[in-house]
Amino acid sequence: MTGELYRRWEEAGRPGHFLAWAFGNNDDAAETIRLLRRETIERPQVFVGTGTCGLASGAADVLAAFSEAAAAGTIDADIHEAGCLGFCRMEPLVEIQLPGGPGVLYGEVTPAEVPAIANTVLAGGRHDAARALLRFDDGPPIDGIDAVADHPFFRPQRRIVLSRVGRFDPDDLSAAIAREDYRGLLEALTAKTPGETVATIEASGLRGRGGGGFPTGTKWKLAAREQSDRKYVVMNADEGDPGAFMDRSVLESDPHAAIEGMALCGYAIGAAEGYIYCRAEYPLAIRRLETAIADAREAGILGENILGTGFSFDIRIKMGAGAFVCGEETALLASIEGKRGMPRPRPPYPAQSGLFGRPTVINNVESMANIGWIVSNGPEAFRAVGTPGSPGTKVFALSGKLERSGLAEVPMGISIGEIVEGIGGGSETGLALKAVQIGGPSGACVPVDLWHTAVDYDELKRIGAMMGSGGLVVMDEGTCMVDVARFFLDFTTKESCGKCTPCREGTRRMRHILEQLTTRWGDPDEGGALARFSGLIELERVARDVQKTALCGLGQTAPNPVLSTLKFFRGEYEAHLYDRRCPAGVCTALREYAIDPEACVGCGRCKKLCPANAIVGSPKKTHYIVEEKCIGCGSCADTCTFDAVTVS
Amino acid sequence: MHPEAASAREITGIIGEVPRGRHDLVIPTLQRVQATLGYIPEQVVFDLAEQVGTTPAAVFGVATFYNQFRLTAPGEHTIRVCRGTACHVKGSARILDTICRALGVASGETTRDGLFTVEEVACLGSCSIAPAVMIDDRFYGHVTAEGLVELAEAISRGGDA
Repeated sequence: MTGELYRRWEEAGRPGHFLAWAFGNNDDAAETIRLLRRETIERPQVFVGTGTCGLASGAADVLAAFSEAAAAGTIDADIHEAGCLGFCRMEPLVEIQLPGGPGVLYGEVTPAEVPAIANTVLAGGRHDAARALLRFDDGPPIDGIDAVADHPFFRPQRRIVLSRVGRFDPDDLSAAIAREDYRGLLEALTAKTPGETVATIEASGLRGRGGGGFPTGTKWKLAAREQSDRKYVVMNADEGDPGAFMDRSVLESDPHAAIEGMALCGYAIGAAEGYIYCRAEYPLAIRRLETAIADAREAGILGENILGTGFSFDIRIKMGAGAFVCGEETALLASIEGKRGMPRPRPPYPAQSGLFGRPTVINNVESMANIGWIVSNGPEAFRAVGTPGSPGTKVFALSGKLERSGLAEVPMGISIGEIVEGIGGGSETGLALKAVQIGGPSGACVPVDLWHTAVDYDELKRIGAMMGSGGLVVMDEGTCMVDVARFFLDFTTKESCGKCTPCREGTRRMRHILEQLTTRWGDPDEGGALARFSGLIELERVARDVQKTALCGLGQTAPNPVLSTLKFFRGEYEAHLYDRRCPAGVCTALREYAIDPEACVGCGRCKKLCPANAIVGSPKKTHYIVEEKCIGCGSCADTCTFDAVTVS
Repeated sequence: MHPEAASAREITGIIGEVPRGRHDLVIPTLQRVQATLGYIPEQVVFDLAEQVGTTPAAVFGVATFYNQFRLTAPGEHTIRVCRGTACHVKGSARILDTICRALGVASGETTRDGLFTVEEVACLGSCSIAPAVMIDDRFYGHVTAEGLVELAEAISRGGDA
């Protein structure tokens, strides 16, 4: 929906362009913006976070409970949907703001709790300090409720890309504008030439947030210089790295920020057409983008002759069809053209010859979402955050075995440890943390003793890791690093497009070597000691060869998970090799299970659950595991409530 | 009209809309066909190739390159088990294994009664609620192997997902 601000503009008789009016000096717009920013509210406001994480945790039912109560008249409040605040661990999140007070956040809200909240908070007019997570800084403090700036999850964060998310309805264009979306576009179109816009981005030092870290301004300058009848802007929203979900969250929570970035890019390089290449696995992001594009068109932010400047720009969405390699820019372009998504050698670079052979700028979602902020706040403000070589912030998707998972946007230069221990709150399981996987299948496993390393493109490269797109998966003592390496090779083997031999065959060979290490049974020629020993010697050489000779960035970085685990966790490889044992107890085929006859009461749970029918025994009598049948899955040990299953 | 005849007509319409030479519409068209039928029948590959003016091999190449496209009919419900990194370290391999055994299928297959198809996906992008599973269009977080089997049982008893 275009929302309240747009309605007021129409009521006022459409004076001038909508954006110029909304950000201009007029009381009508200013008052509406204050209302939309909730600086002055008359009725309590309820915001339910309905991003994918929220929905998966039951936010739809919570929203329905509030809406029904409001419709029935039991509560007197406006109910809204909101994007994702990034505090995924505590979903479903509900923010409640009472007149005259700050927004207060409640976590893990269930539909059953809604009547109680309606009673005490909405009807009673008092926040439940024991239940509340934190309060935002848009009202006077409340006793017993931490400010957002004091909350351990938010304190170390510095939010630019995520500065707006989670506090307004992403389907509402007016609410997005009230939080400064499109201010940068207005400023550029009215006060900057395309060349000055390129120069602004160049001066900011913004580097590609998709993983490579190539300077965005340079990319734009190259494309702006080209002469062509058509140019294209492509936003890469094919977030294929397992472990990364920043882009999804931005698109679901603040789609207009990404659209603004694309429009600014179009203006800067002289392109009139934009494509968003979004994965089909993100249905909600696609739906919200469609709404946002339609609203922006209606409001004259996209379309012909925007703001009377002669600049025209429109955006189409292309749904990806599930191929990791399409994250590589030349493969992505092939996919938009309807071909198999296979990379091609560069040069020519897409900035010279890209989509349909025309100059094309490809930036990922997070890079695009930075653009509007940089233009409206200036490159100096951006450079003031982060490190000289990597200015600005980076959004990380924190997941794995840590206490507080979610999205963390931090200034560059902060250490990995501060993110994992500080924002993430350390181990969830109580087991010691041992590594963090950064950068997905192209990245590395960084051991605890290197967690002082700063998050910075060049620092990370120095330790053999890479920034990647921002997935941080935390691993504890219960994670086997050989298994993790094998997992990534499984992935890259499946996703290798097959065009170049080093990647197609090399990833296969590496996976085979790791399979020999992590399995026990089978053909002795395959799994024999000699094959294992020679395999491990070969592994590093194959990895180096693939790194040097693969065609595209994805192939060249595919050996990184192997090389980093070999370098930092060699002991685990050796335990698999010499002792035929998995120290973390993950590699199931290396484990042996037995039932302790003293402890077994014959309940039969394990027998019922055993997928291989490897457990025999009569009810109330001791059960036994038939070793030849056992596949080592561990179901019996997990389910036994008498600790009768021993693992060795 | 017979429902199959109706969808056959719809498919003919979808393919007929594609102008000759627009190779860039191959993927969106295959996506529309799959959204309608749940899979890409062989004949569609030939018809679309003729409509666009390319070879069936080129269209078949596209249809088999991308993970999204299925060349066989799926079951009534599709269970997608996320095999991303975060889900992997939280035990998604066992979840996939258990549900496959419980339903008597291998990953990518459909149960004999046509009720379920089990698929693994590279990453659902819901790592903070790992392990994650998607049944049809709905996401489930913090899934356990046993919980997923119970969920599937509830669906096959006629309950809602």
